[in-house]
Amino acid sequence: MAFVPDFGDDDGDRKICFIASKGTLDMVYPSLIMANAALGEGIETHIFFTFWGMDIVTKKHMEDLQFTWLGNTAMHPPGGSKIHMPQGLAGLPGMTAMATKMMKKQIAELDVPEVPEMVQMIADAGGHLWACKMSVDMMGLTKDDMIPEVEDIISATDFIELSAGAQVIFT
Amino acid sequence: MPTTTIAGAEVQVDEEGFMTEYDEWNEEIANALAGNIGIELTDDHWQVIKFLREDYKEQGETPMLRRVSNVGGVPTKQLFQLFPKKPAKKMSYIAGVPKPQGCV
Repeated sequence: MAFVPDFGDDDGDRKICFIASKGTLDMVYPSLIMANAALGEGIETHIFFTFWGMDIVTKKHMEDLQFTWLGNTAMHPPGGSKIHMPQGLAGLPGMTAMATKMMKKQIAELDVPEVPEMVQMIADAGGHLWACKMSVDMMGLTKDDMIPEVEDIISATDFIELSAGAQVIFT
Repeated sequence: MPTTTIAGAEVQVDEEGFMTEYDEWNEEIANALAGNIGIELTDDHWQVIKFLREDYKEQGETPMLRRVSNVGGVPTKQLFQLFPKKPAKKMSYIAGVPKPQGCV
């Protein structure tokens, strides 16, 4: 008798919803990476993009998300340094561009895709993408401003309904 | 390490049932492993399995879905159709390579 791994095909009721509320390069990856991992485990996965998180699925911005360490006291130079990067330095002209470039390089070195490819992977894997109505109204966006993989613009109430029984993670 | 009999051959497996010896694998075993989890192998499945075997041999680690898609040339959507629900684990099980370890 061969023994066979349990791929959990029978327990199909797990569901995860991420709320992606940030648009800084470092803070968009948590929900994208975990959503991608959840899909690979056969879990029904949704991402609700709201406020600054809208940039992740907005055509004009998704390729150009930025990183700054301004306000982030946990920023150390790469390589496990004990030094804290001076906060004032981050405010100088050109520093955001430089920090963004460095972070993108580090992400690429790990062979992790840039944001547009990551979002496409999630959509291809069957992930559901939703845009927040209030954010869309506030920012003056329409569905045409977003990638077509965004299924719909939905209200907070709609999201609460669709996330019934799900594990909800705010990022 | 436990052993089990697959397609008439005694092979070594880990505690979950994944094969642990790359060279004990053959195509007959792959067919039996696929059958164990309800998959009938088509040419498209074989393309993925062969890529996994070759890439594991070259790189020393099992490729993640993104690599199977970008380098192996099988789109993500199709991977989910060929190996439903947990493609990365199912394809490595059938190909006789370890489960992938990466995050993306």
